[in-house]
Amino acid sequence: MIELSHITKVFNRGQANEVAALQDVNLQIGEGEFVVLVGANGSGKTTLLNIIAGAEFPSEGAIQIHGEEVTRVPEHKRSRWMARVFQNPLGGTAPELSILSNFRLAALRTSRKKLVIGINEAFKASVREKIAGLDMGLENKLSQPMGSLSGGQRQALTLLMSTMDHTDILLLDEPTAALDPRSAEIVMQAAQKIIQDYGLTTLFITHNLRDAHRYGNRLIHMVEGRVARDLNAEAKSKLKLQEMYEWFE
Amino acid sequence: MEFYLSALVLGLCLSSMALGIFITMKIFRIPDITTDGSYTLGAAVTAVLLTRQWPLAAIIPVTMIAGALAGILTGLVHTRLKIDALLAGILVMTGLYSVNLNVLGRSNIPLLEVQTIFNALSIFEKPLHNELWVGLLFLGLISGLLAYMLRTDFGIAMRATGNSESMTRALGINPDAMKITGLAIANVLTALSGFLVAQYQNFTDINMGIGIVLVGLGSVLIGDALINWLGIKIIWVQLLFIMGGSILFQMMLAVALSLGVNPSLLKLITAVFVLAIVGIPRLMARRE
Ligand SMILES: Nc1ncnc2c1ncn2[C@@H]1O[C@H](COP(=O)(O)OP(=O)(O)O)[C@@H](O)[C@H]1O
Ligand SMILES: [Mg+2]
Repeated sequence: MIELSHITKVFNRGQANEVAALQDVNLQIGEGEFVVLVGANGSGKTTLLNIIAGAEFPSEGAIQIHGEEVTRVPEHKRSRWMARVFQNPLGGTAPELSILSNFRLAALRTSRKKLVIGINEAFKASVREKIAGLDMGLENKLSQPMGSLSGGQRQALTLLMSTMDHTDILLLDEPTAALDPRSAEIVMQAAQKIIQDYGLTTLFITHNLRDAHRYGNRLIHMVEGRVARDLNAEAKSKLKLQEMYEWFE
Repeated sequence: MEFYLSALVLGLCLSSMALGIFITMKIFRIPDITTDGSYTLGAAVTAVLLTRQWPLAAIIPVTMIAGALAGILTGLVHTRLKIDALLAGILVMTGLYSVNLNVLGRSNIPLLEVQTIFNALSIFEKPLHNELWVGLLFLGLISGLLAYMLRTDFGIAMRATGNSESMTRALGINPDAMKITGLAIANVLTALSGFLVAQYQNFTDINMGIGIVLVGLGSVLIGDALINWLGIKIIWVQLLFIMGGSILFQMMLAVALSLGVNPSLLKLITAVFVLAIVGIPRLMARRE
């Protein structure tokens, strides 16, 4: 599904503040894998996700998605395969547009945005039904601007927006880091359900080791821009939470 | 009365430009000052074609294409060369001055002997009333089309681009292409203001665009202040308020003139008005 070969990313090359964010990363992620990425701050997790999404291009190396070489394909063209939830709840939604308008755009992620009015009663009803499934009482606030919602509500909606159009891959960059524990729990439950229901190939970055332990079927530990540990489903299921804490000591 | 009615029609003519500035400034959050050039460009194209007896039905699309090209140029300089939007606008605006001079062939063209769009109606006795209705109908059509466009899927994508670029890219929208399109639309609207004002004033002058961006800016700021104050969310009502801002702005200038301000001070008065619109709320905020 996703294949990274010899990916290196250097920021500010040749300058005093040169950083090698990724160094010769090789990864093969199969269809339906739910990969959890952990690592200290600055270990290159976000950069890895950005390179998969096309928000950054690698300094060296190549990326294939579905066997297609996409190393230099820009983000807005790769979005036909993948949906994304950002660490910052503001990142994935347009705050001044209504919930409905945000969902309309999400429903057109893989297709052209044409000069026709696409928000009709049928569309409204389908969004209302989807949002009602979250059980957050947001289904009656469709015309409210996205910016009037809390971070947790926005992250849950961003997650839901990823299911408005076909997607194969879901990229989650610390989706709950900015949330209180209760909202974080709701968002993670919603994510887990969507990933299972749609059989999505997922990359999930988290600083919460409990979540890392609890979710996913593959665990990657990044240290200083390299893959230090890569545990498959079996190894991950045998891993004890305490052992994980020890990685970070 | 005539005097204020005339200012109202002028405000209507300029409200097309205000809508353009609303798109760049409020929807895309790009400060575009190609305006000075594309406004005169629209007026110059109109004057030249009118004196050659072209029909209005042909002049309008040519004016729009001219405005669109100006906007696309600024958009390309801004997005492709990663040059600051303000500088990109200044570059294109300055270049357009020479283009406009060459289009006109001299520094001004009077439009006294030609049939203009404002002669199109002859329902009322007073010419000014007919002109008012021409203005209302024309702007009604423009703002109606714009309001429709902003409600379409494409329009939502446009509005999202200025709001959250990371989101738009993640949803398959090319923000650069959107910005270029937005600048094109804005400058089409500005060129149409040039088209209208040239015919309303019965002349085109190479210097008529100098500082006109400030008039548009002031109009948008007035309209936007009212929109925020009243909490208006519906996009077509917002457009109406922006147009109202343009009319109010011209009324303010008319009042200043009727109080005996020398017309040679008009640009200074414009600058002071815009300064007041921007500055007074800040002073009040500081006091609180
Ligand atoms: N756009 C950028 N410019 C310069 N340095 C960057 C940029 N993005 C990330 N970095 C640097 O690359 C390293 C990896 O960052 P990141 O991928 O964000 O780490 P993580 O998400 O694991 O905390 C850090 O040292 C960071 O400062
Ligand atoms: Mg990060």
